[in-house]
Amino acid sequence: MANGTIAVSEKSFYEESTNKHSGILAWLLTTDHKRIGLMYLYTISGFFIVGVILGLLMRLELIAPGETIVSAQTYNTFFTLHGVIMIFLFIVPGLPAIFGNFFLPIQLGAKDVSFPRLNLLSWYVYMIGAVLVLVSLFLPGGPIDTGWTFYIPYSVRTGTNVSLAIFAAFVLGFSSILTGINFVTTVHRLRAPGMGFFRMPLFIWSIYSTAWIQIIATPIIGITILLVILERAFGVGIFDPALGGDPILYQHLFWIYSHPAVYIMILPAMGVVSEIIPTFARRTIFGYKAIAFSSLAIAFVGYLVWAHHMFTSGISDTARIIFSLLTFIVALPSGVKVFNWVATMYKGSIDPKPPLLWVMAFIVLFSIGGLTGLVVGSLATDIHLHDTYFVVAHFHYVMFGGTGTIFFAALYYWFPKMFGRMYNIKLANWGVGLFFVAFNMLYFPKFILGYMGMPRRYFDYLPEFTDLHVISTVGSWLMGITMIIVFGNIFYSAFKGPKAPRNPWGGVTLEWHTASPPPLENFHEIPTVTREPYDFSQLEEMNDESK
Amino acid sequence: MYFLLSGQAASRTTGAVDDVMLYITAISLLLLVGVTVTMIYFVFKYHRKKGHKPVDIHGNIWLEIIWIGIPTILVLTMFYYGYLGYKTIREVPEGAFEIEAKARMWEWQFDYENGKSTDTLYVPVKTPIKLNLESFDVNHSLYIPAFRIKEDVIAGRINYLAFTADKVGTYDIACAEYCGLKHSMMYSAVVVMPEQEFASWYEVDSTKVEPASEMAENMETN
Repeated sequence: MANGTIAVSEKSFYEESTNKHSGILAWLLTTDHKRIGLMYLYTISGFFIVGVILGLLMRLELIAPGETIVSAQTYNTFFTLHGVIMIFLFIVPGLPAIFGNFFLPIQLGAKDVSFPRLNLLSWYVYMIGAVLVLVSLFLPGGPIDTGWTFYIPYSVRTGTNVSLAIFAAFVLGFSSILTGINFVTTVHRLRAPGMGFFRMPLFIWSIYSTAWIQIIATPIIGITILLVILERAFGVGIFDPALGGDPILYQHLFWIYSHPAVYIMILPAMGVVSEIIPTFARRTIFGYKAIAFSSLAIAFVGYLVWAHHMFTSGISDTARIIFSLLTFIVALPSGVKVFNWVATMYKGSIDPKPPLLWVMAFIVLFSIGGLTGLVVGSLATDIHLHDTYFVVAHFHYVMFGGTGTIFFAALYYWFPKMFGRMYNIKLANWGVGLFFVAFNMLYFPKFILGYMGMPRRYFDYLPEFTDLHVISTVGSWLMGITMIIVFGNIFYSAFKGPKAPRNPWGGVTLEWHTASPPPLENFHEIPTVTREPYDFSQLEEMNDESK
Repeated sequence: MYFLLSGQAASRTTGAVDDVMLYITAISLLLLVGVTVTMIYFVFKYHRKKGHKPVDIHGNIWLEIIWIGIPTILVLTMFYYGYLGYKTIREVPEGAFEIEAKARMWEWQFDYENGKSTDTLYVPVKTPIKLNLESFDVNHSLYIPAFRIKEDVIAGRINYLAFTADKVGTYDIACAEYCGLKHSMMYSAVVVMPEQEFASWYEVDSTKVEPASEMAENMETN
């Protein structure tokens, strides 16, 4: 496939630029999807760390009832910012913008995405949105305190900088849409010769499904945000009942986007899992088509379940019953994926390296998150648990235990390819183990607190909840330490790690057919695809081509 | 879990919700343990070693049918039990005792038909109660954890919440929809009284606001 590699330039994309500049400008003006993916990695990780610090401060405040370290108003801005940053700046863009950007073209056998300049623009739009969030913190009026859901009427009445903060979400939406358009086009137009849709790696399928949700659902939040800004600025009565509007209409519009957005967050993670398990089990994926089509099913049915966020809002009983039923249906494709992943380990040749350990942690945590989703999808139990800590625990298990865990899995899987270096495997194993313990200590008590009746977004709480809060806070400290280990290992190894070979794990998708780190246009010669994506019988000849 | 230890349920809805919770949790636990144990077993059993060749299995249509089919049946039963419990929560018996529950940032007000107005909810035991929920400002949510029920209180519309308390006692009322600065302090209580006691309380002609419950005071001193 890559015979004659040695004759061609050996330079990696770090050493060759798409423009005539060098130094920082070579990065800021680059149209190389790999460099753009890395710029997303640095900025998104930065915001993730800010979100983690806010979370640690919230947990510290909640270690005892009453005021501990911050005032009620500050706490309310903390949980709002924690939500806004983690959702709009970390999880929604996270996996597609970082790993989608870096690996989608390589796995397709393409030189770049379809619209490289649009790709760079998406990063700038993301940065403008992020800067607007930061600016909104420091303007008079103070940081936003509405919760990340911006529910009306409170968000129209509060004096904090709501308009600017939600305008930032509006801007970030464009980054998401542009990235989605770019990926859909790339998948349709730039597949290597021989790469039919059913020869695409499952990561591509998941990014492709996600991209469609980004394109179709994001405009709805954009329009809703503009209406809220109009309402705040000019008193147009669309949502605020005092002006003749309907606050329930706002909730509908908000969740019509924000529920599909949950699948924007989780689908790419599922795609990464479908890459990692075959590589470390060294056998083909079990149920390729079942996994591929379940992504599309989730993307489709995911549009039809939004009102399960509103079971107590006063919508009609008929609506509540229908949405509950649909919610149970959307659980099925996720279950199908989990069963197929586990079956992929059957009769494999399993080497539990750190990326696989992350995935195993994911399967347990995501299953807990998904199964407790059944509890809050059921009407009787949701009436009790809606807006309690049970929901907080549930979505942290899905978002952080699901997508967050896979963010690390992807980082530890593709790090050698992206940086051409290897991290400390032993420390990485410790990182996963500590993460699993810290995670459950931090979030599991919240299930019990929720069932006991502790509502969410509470600065203060009843004395009987104290013990479980203390356990959770101690868990947050352990999580803080774990994050230092997990990021520290990567950060140190990016500079000082030993050189990584082109295929350290024995993967067979196209990214493992090129150098670590890859050359500027990914391949010296566009590969021709003759095999299905997870055909490990080619491993031996791959060893030859790397010589 | 704590609801198993609490003896007689505080209301009919408490039992209805706890039953659904147990049903879903039991099935979920089985699935979780099944998936986890299988996965860990495979990792040990098929650990990479020399001479151990992996087998490529592309899938099995019968397995796919089974693991779509059985979960479908399971989740449909969960939906159905959830729906039954929900019917118990929502049904308002003929002639229920109606009280207007009003919310503002950050307090509750309960108006009775005879003109009484309190900040703590007083109700007779074993009597169906219907609360008509109304907000003066932003969204709130009237939540009685002991009864496992809540409903949002939204300006411009009247939602309702119904319950029948089975046990005399005092239970917390919390606000469950974020409503600003003192959201977490917007506690009140529902005092469930024997019928006779309630009748005499109700007949006393007083429109003055009763002192808040012990629980609410606790919160304020914290």
